[in-house]
Amino acid sequence: MAIPAKLRAPGWYRAAMFDVIGFAFAFGLTVLIRWLMHEHPIIDGNAITIVALIAVPLFFLVGLGTADYWFYWISGRPTRPEDHSAHGAHTWRDYFRVNTDHKVIGIQYTVTSFFFLLVGGLLAMLIRAQLAKPGMQFLTPEQYNGVFSVHATVLIFLFVIPVFAGLANFVLPLMIGAPDMAFPRLNALSYWLLPLAGIMMLMSFLAPGGSFAAGWTAYAPLSTTMPLGQLFFSIAVQLAGASSIATALNFLVTIITMRAPGMSFFRMPLLVWANFSTSLLVVIATPFIAASQFFVLLDTALHFHFFDAFVGPEKNGNVIMYQHVFWFYSHPAVYIMMLPGFGIISEVIAVKSRKPIFGYRMMAFSLLAIVVLGFTVWAHHMFVSGMAPWIRIPMMITTAIIAIPTGIKIFSWLATLWRGVLHLDTPMLFALGFLTMFTLGGISGVMLAMIPFDIHVSQTYFIVAHIHYVLFGGSLFTIFAGVYYWFPKMTGRMFDERLGKWHFWMTFIFFNLTFGPMHLIGIQGMPRRVAEYAAKFAAWNLFISLSSFVLGASTLIFLYNVVASWRWGPRAAANPWRAMTLEWQVSSPPPIFNFDAIPTVVGGPYEYGVPGAVHGIFKPPTEARPVTVGAGTQTAGGGEHH
Amino acid sequence: MRNRPLLQMAVIGAIGIIIGIPVALAIPWFPADGSTQAHNIHTLYTVLLIVSVPIFVLVETVVLYSVWKFRMKPGEEEKDGPPIHGNTRLEVVWTALPAILIVGLCGYAYSVLRSNEKTHPGAMVVNVTERQFAFQFGYPGPGGKERLSPDLFLPRGQPVVLHLRSVDVVHSFFVPEFSVKIDAVPGITTTLRITPTRLGSYPAECTELCGAGHSLMRAPVRVVTPDAFRTWLAHQSPKAPPPIGTPPPDVLNSGEPGYASGTSGSGGGSG
Repeated sequence: MAIPAKLRAPGWYRAAMFDVIGFAFAFGLTVLIRWLMHEHPIIDGNAITIVALIAVPLFFLVGLGTADYWFYWISGRPTRPEDHSAHGAHTWRDYFRVNTDHKVIGIQYTVTSFFFLLVGGLLAMLIRAQLAKPGMQFLTPEQYNGVFSVHATVLIFLFVIPVFAGLANFVLPLMIGAPDMAFPRLNALSYWLLPLAGIMMLMSFLAPGGSFAAGWTAYAPLSTTMPLGQLFFSIAVQLAGASSIATALNFLVTIITMRAPGMSFFRMPLLVWANFSTSLLVVIATPFIAASQFFVLLDTALHFHFFDAFVGPEKNGNVIMYQHVFWFYSHPAVYIMMLPGFGIISEVIAVKSRKPIFGYRMMAFSLLAIVVLGFTVWAHHMFVSGMAPWIRIPMMITTAIIAIPTGIKIFSWLATLWRGVLHLDTPMLFALGFLTMFTLGGISGVMLAMIPFDIHVSQTYFIVAHIHYVLFGGSLFTIFAGVYYWFPKMTGRMFDERLGKWHFWMTFIFFNLTFGPMHLIGIQGMPRRVAEYAAKFAAWNLFISLSSFVLGASTLIFLYNVVASWRWGPRAAANPWRAMTLEWQVSSPPPIFNFDAIPTVVGGPYEYGVPGAVHGIFKPPTEARPVTVGAGTQTAGGGEHH
Repeated sequence: MRNRPLLQMAVIGAIGIIIGIPVALAIPWFPADGSTQAHNIHTLYTVLLIVSVPIFVLVETVVLYSVWKFRMKPGEEEKDGPPIHGNTRLEVVWTALPAILIVGLCGYAYSVLRSNEKTHPGAMVVNVTERQFAFQFGYPGPGGKERLSPDLFLPRGQPVVLHLRSVDVVHSFFVPEFSVKIDAVPGITTTLRITPTRLGSYPAECTELCGAGHSLMRAPVRVVTPDAFRTWLAHQSPKAPPPIGTPPPDVLNSGEPGYASGTSGSGGGSG
């Protein structure tokens, strides 16, 4: 039987066929094992679904063609030499194919993540609609628990973490003078894992018993006693986690081995430093959440007894162990969601203040300090968990100490603003808004480190306020700053500055009106994750809900601006911001292979105001000479021009 | 003063701090303090606010002052700022000062923790059993028997130790007026120390997501005079406690109590 060419060539047709094969495989394997084990009934929907959740995505990825090269190589068949015909995107359809070009992947990542931002945001609107009045509204408690669980999961695993990977995917190789990432095929695979994870999370709403509803923290044994939807979370997190780890390895190898000649570590832009630090966190920490969810999967599907501590004979699982393993990833994850943003802010503030970044070396070292310290604080999420009480004391101290490198970064950004020539356009406004709100999130973070106060406010709306000040006021503002800043480079078009400013002010004002009052109702005792609440919180909750609807609407301005500008915006110059870093020295959008000539780096990346200073020269090292003596030396302790 | 931006900023910042601290302290953050623990935590929070306001004002002053003074003016489109790369002395200061502040705050927080978790030899023990989605309070009596109650009655001024257990998933126990909480964890017993100081009725809430009935999992707490407590306790008949692991009562399907009815619905045990 001849298989049509469309089904043999990598692509969506073959992927669809492989999906069918994957499901048949899952069905057959499950039935076979149940038959051998004398299980009844032999055909069990739950069991088939669990195996299919693992098998179908993997079959899909193979069908789509993410692994063709590797299979050819493994089987000893001639591999097709890369002719780069797939590089670049010529039509919108190219974004729906497996592509190994880091610029295409960067845009795939970013656009996919923003799609999930909208999904997560809509779920937030549902949450606030439910909470606008005390008493049960249109969602049942089960549905409500599902909605906020999916809200947090989607925004953490499908928005904040991957959107940073997306922006860095586009920008980072350009910044270090590399033609692509170190492992382009792995890069493509990393991307395609993501939408699968996201779709699986959303599909959990269709599972019998509803979506996963144990929070994004999925504490056992609540999670291990949940209906089938919970396993959509356990398995989707494996896909998102694998994507995250593969990308982090890719970044590490790219940064370590593919820097242009002359680009020493201390000539790297801080965005590169930030992604280097983030990638270290990801490769060390992410396997822990994978483990925690495998434990849940095994407990639920195969009746292991990791967390089965319901009091009684043969029930001696360790419930608190789940929380330790979970937070050993999920606290570093907070920095995974913040450090790349620090990198973006450093780029934006230096360029828009027209000044070198203040204390460059300390900025880099404080990132590394956060990486190390980030692994020593996880149990501060567990001050009321019932773990051994003494653990709280060292965790309080390390948590408070993290404020020091973070403070160094904030003060250095402030000093960079000082006496600069501030261009207050949209990226800069978002950067300054970030400074304000991240400071508030940092202050409430230090408060939370203080054990007695944390005991009062943990599991209340104070925590909800704090994490939104860090992840929305912090991360999302840096993401908006970054998207506006690199929009001309990524799309070759300029965005509408007036709409950008509207977007900023609406977001900034209504963000604070939404999340600011949550500090107060939290301290007054309103628990988080409740579908209804005491009447005394009614006024504030209505206020918060109304503010949040305007906040949600502000996203529409952004959406319109981005879509319209991408389509009809004025053409962008190569370097509209007069920035020194390498990505701005090539055309907008960059050429298919990034650089016609590999640049030689002769100075620091932020030498604004230094007469005649140059960061990179598009000549081989033998011909490239620094223009001014001293332009390449960046010291933290200079101050000679002060 | 016109050409001395640092002095200008110091003045603006000082005004901001002088206004900011009283405003921050004037906000009625906490519910009434109903225990010695709560009293200590409220004082800790006051100190944290007094320390935090100047830090926030400092950051905001620099940001807003820079926006005001250093924004690009017409004709400066091509201009760059002075190439200041750093200042070691300043960087040492802004590393060392927060470090000192943090050591001080941690020390203070530690002393509050010690004081709040001090053991009292004569403390009264109450066994708290949590299940989806209800609390049960057991007062140990002679002969291993317990007086069981759906409400938590506590005598004012008496240090209490709660021993918490859970028969199904992780729950928590929080009374906002007492300012303390601890999870109830299946498989282990956790403890919580409270010394109630104020007469009144308060809600105890489960604050750890425990399933569909989580929002409704509450119990009334009554702090009464020691005499009233003795009278109430005498009216409770001692029973052998039910074995741990008995199936939870079906709270969700028993008429969906709202917040108000949830706290009054179990008042039958009051004396």
